[in-house]
Amino acid sequence: MKHIKTISGSTLKESMSHGGCGECQTSCQSACKTSCTVANQSCEKK
Amino acid sequence: MIHRFKMHGTNIVVDVNSGAVHIFDDVAYDALQYYEDGDKKNTIDRLSGRYKPEQTQEALLEIDGLIERGQLYSKDEYRQVMPLLDKEPVVKALCLHVSHDCNLRCRYCFASTGDFGGSRMVMPPEIGIRAIDLLIQKSGSRRNLEIDFFGGEPLMNFETVRTVVEYARSKEREHNKNFRFTITTNAVLLNEEFKRYINENMSNVVLSIDGREGTNDRMRFKVDGSGTYRHILPKIKDMAESRNQDKYYVRGTFTRHNLDFSKDVLHLANEGFKQISVEPVVAAKGSGYDLREQDLPVLFEEYEKLAYEYVSRQRRGEGFNFFHFMIDLSQGPCIVKRLRGCGSGHEYLAVTPDGDIYPCHQFVGMEDFRMGNVLDEQLNNSILSVFKNSNIYSKKECSSCWAKFYCSGGCAANAYQFNGDIDIPYSVGCELEKKRIECALWIKSQD
Repeated sequence: MKHIKTISGSTLKESMSHGGCGECQTSCQSACKTSCTVANQSCEKK
Repeated sequence: MIHRFKMHGTNIVVDVNSGAVHIFDDVAYDALQYYEDGDKKNTIDRLSGRYKPEQTQEALLEIDGLIERGQLYSKDEYRQVMPLLDKEPVVKALCLHVSHDCNLRCRYCFASTGDFGGSRMVMPPEIGIRAIDLLIQKSGSRRNLEIDFFGGEPLMNFETVRTVVEYARSKEREHNKNFRFTITTNAVLLNEEFKRYINENMSNVVLSIDGREGTNDRMRFKVDGSGTYRHILPKIKDMAESRNQDKYYVRGTFTRHNLDFSKDVLHLANEGFKQISVEPVVAAKGSGYDLREQDLPVLFEEYEKLAYEYVSRQRRGEGFNFFHFMIDLSQGPCIVKRLRGCGSGHEYLAVTPDGDIYPCHQFVGMEDFRMGNVLDEQLNNSILSVFKNSNIYSKKECSSCWAKFYCSGGCAANAYQFNGDIDIPYSVGCELEKKRIECALWIKSQD
């Protein structure tokens, strides 16, 4: 495309097919402890 | 739903429901503004003073293409995964308050300078062991389990830390579990022995320091009132180096006293730290250092300035990680996790020195939220259900928010503290979170 560059596709929709195992890190165990920061966590399966 | 914004000359468009993120040039960005009217000829006419008709036409066709591919104005179809949230509750992480005592008297401490409003005490090793037993029992088939040693100051009770680590490790094979340990410390008592043990056993260590000396010492001081900066900085540097500048965070808090917090972040980066998290204080109105609506424009500007410098340093090979700017667009959390959020009160629990269980470390000491005791091996199901049933769709304010799949509805403790309801998000926190996400997306756009 000439006018639009996609830097990330439909990642949320795609995750419906494999998500929900729950093996990922709990967000407050990473660094925050006072603010909910979920999107910067990683998926354990990938 | 879409969200569009400009930052440092880049036009970014987020398709909220699919998770797609796009960079638009000016003609496409302007065309999008009128796209929802549905009249393409009208859009071309309205933009004719700025762009040639064929340019606008091209941009409109590209927008059409995104919609056809489900990457713009896509529908929210995630209610169909909601049954996954109704599964039997599984606990997978504990915040162990091994010490409700602290050798500091930080002004903003949500733990009331360590004791969480109760008496100063440390967790006996037996309570820690029973907490591990409870976690194993309540974790079902979940393999990866997490323990964060928290306080007060956990290094004031390292005996229990060691006992818990060794006990948990001894149970891994029998129960097919993998324990991950982390510790959150003010670093005052860090020594060679503790450092070695932490490096051998902990997957992450969070080291508290607020930034510049004046910033840090204004809020973080010892019992005698003296500041901590000079005492802890060499210890924290040594710890970070000993972990090869990885798998740790220097973790600070900014308040109304340092609205120019980007200088504190950069100060930590200049001191050589590569993993940095500096976060907004959550403080009661009237404390004097709480962040207010009127502070938001200054804070937004600070985040944008920091993002710009962040990218500049990355390009010079002097980059660092800022926790709140980290975002994984391709391998981030699945939609189920994004709906569920932090898991407080069902997946994630806090345990006090005497074994009492609370939904998370920030609820500790609030009697209405006491969920049981590790010695009883039972959890209060009514409290657990309230938290388990709290998600993006239970929060009215989130339904129209573009950032909901990034913050997952925000922090329940913040919501309760400010609005008396875990389903009504803390608005100042929301605004800051949205700005951080915009910055994180802009940083990604610069790759």
